[in-house]
Amino acid sequence: MTETRAMTQPAKLAGRRPAALRSTERRSSTAPRRSILLTIVMGLLALYALLPLFWLVVNSTKTQQALLSSFGLWFSGDFALWDNIVQTLTYDDGAFVRWFGNTVLYVVLGAGGATLLATLAGYGLAKFDFPGRRAVFAVVLGAVAVPGTALAVPTFLMFSQMGLTNTPWAIILPSLISPFGLYLIWVYAIDAVPTELLEAARIDGAGEFRTFFTISAKLLAPGFVTVLLFTIVATWNNYFLPLIMLSDSTWYPLTVGLNAWNAQAFTAGGEAIFNLVITGSLLTIIPIIVAFLVLQRYWQSGLAAGSVKQ
Amino acid sequence: MTATSAPPVPATVRRDRPNWTGWAFVAPFMAVFALVLVAPVIYAIYLSLFREQLIGGTSFVGLANYAEALADPKFWDAFGRVLLFLVVQVPIMLGIALVAALAIDSGRLRLAAFFRISVFLPYAVPAVVATLMWGFMYGTRFGLVGNINDFLGLDLPAPLSANWVLASIGNIVTWEFVGYNMLIFYAALRVIPTDLYEAAALDGAGAFRIVRHIKIPAIRGAIVIAAIFSVIGSFQLFNEPNILKPLAPNAISTYYTPNMYAYNLSFAGQQFDYSAAVAIIMGLITVVIAYAVQLSGARKERTR
Repeated sequence: MTETRAMTQPAKLAGRRPAALRSTERRSSTAPRRSILLTIVMGLLALYALLPLFWLVVNSTKTQQALLSSFGLWFSGDFALWDNIVQTLTYDDGAFVRWFGNTVLYVVLGAGGATLLATLAGYGLAKFDFPGRRAVFAVVLGAVAVPGTALAVPTFLMFSQMGLTNTPWAIILPSLISPFGLYLIWVYAIDAVPTELLEAARIDGAGEFRTFFTISAKLLAPGFVTVLLFTIVATWNNYFLPLIMLSDSTWYPLTVGLNAWNAQAFTAGGEAIFNLVITGSLLTIIPIIVAFLVLQRYWQSGLAAGSVKQ
Repeated sequence: MTATSAPPVPATVRRDRPNWTGWAFVAPFMAVFALVLVAPVIYAIYLSLFREQLIGGTSFVGLANYAEALADPKFWDAFGRVLLFLVVQVPIMLGIALVAALAIDSGRLRLAAFFRISVFLPYAVPAVVATLMWGFMYGTRFGLVGNINDFLGLDLPAPLSANWVLASIGNIVTWEFVGYNMLIFYAALRVIPTDLYEAAALDGAGAFRIVRHIKIPAIRGAIVIAAIFSVIGSFQLFNEPNILKPLAPNAISTYYTPNMYAYNLSFAGQQFDYSAAVAIIMGLITVVIAYAVQLSGARKERTR
């Protein structure tokens, strides 16, 4: 069944509008009654999803003392949010700012590079027949099934022999591969870029790369943005890889740095800075949540394309 | 997930002579892929066949590391734990996600767009931040659980005690991924042709019959994909227990999950060869079970 769906759906999907737009028009003819019970159930689920985030906002306004002595879900004591932010940014000679910069570096090079490589390769697989094409496909899909973390230790040992550990490259290089991104672009390119258009460009004598950058790239833009968003989340949230690759805090991303701050309280003589851990956590998730809210039209339609074709 | 789900080769592609142009587009990806994925796999297999001896340095031991891992009670302890996690947490998470997706798709909700985005939002939160937040809330002394106990005079079980910590980790993972799975299901539901419902409704089918006989069969492919990713995720469980460990040192051991075991063997014990063998065994088991999930999904499809 999955196979046949994969083959028949792409054609129908061309030019599909984002799901959010269609929902209203589909329902207009046969609008079902509103269900209060269903709304309450979903309200509880939304509460479950949002409550920890609310907790994070509330507690980022508390001092270390108030944090330990007050009720968790409401404001208490002095409103210390600005103090906490200033302390977070300046603690340990501005370690947080440095980690933030590292994270941005990993995201720009890692997620940007991963999206570019996936777009080129996905397009190549979708629009060209070449010797070894099936083998490429089989190898990449096989790799999806290999647990990523199972590779972490051998990758670490290999990189340490190559002298790459404790450098940004140890984080960036593995981030450059996104099999999910490759897959998404590949299925997207099949109908987004009409083969006739490429044939026409060839007859006009345009080189394949020129055609790609002048014609195909524009047509692939929505798929590109979706993949970019998901690779940004993956690199922004990356924890395991930097944890094993970096032993020195200079190159830490935010995730590993925050965990180190948290763990500091449990080491002998370590200063407990939970207020900074909490405020730092808040500052870490704000950019990524803003990106998701601003670009939601893209990832929702991109996911729609991906899930149908899987 | 298998080669068969590949879209067909476009019919218009010229087949007369081998055309290598496509490689120019695929080569950069494949070069990095070979370096960061293929090479480590080969290196891991190579490592797993050796052992560092106290006397005489490293020597070839064949499959001895695998035999040792398969007889290692710590490995099986860790494996049993993630298996239990898988059997309990994955159905709960996917069940909630499915109900939520059907509810949003039903058109019977007020504020459907708000629910969709707010349930999905935790996916954007890094596992580290999610675990730290829940870890703070789990505290019985000054966390939220402690507050609730004080307020209501209850004596809730400590979420980070040995008996409850796995359930607490399950809650964190559910919180992180329920919205993501909901969105996958929802996206699949959106593309079911509307006329199918309208015909069924005209025939007098109720909402629940439409869900059971049209909607769920139609998105079976998406459910199987979500199940496979959840299986892989469960077997790879690492971040959440590893970050909670300082908060619950007695409840979470160094071999709490297979991945934590492999990690600690390498970075605390320097047993790189043995660690590679454990990682490879876990990888193989994951592939086999993911494949079995896919097969069972495909079989149910056919019997319908």
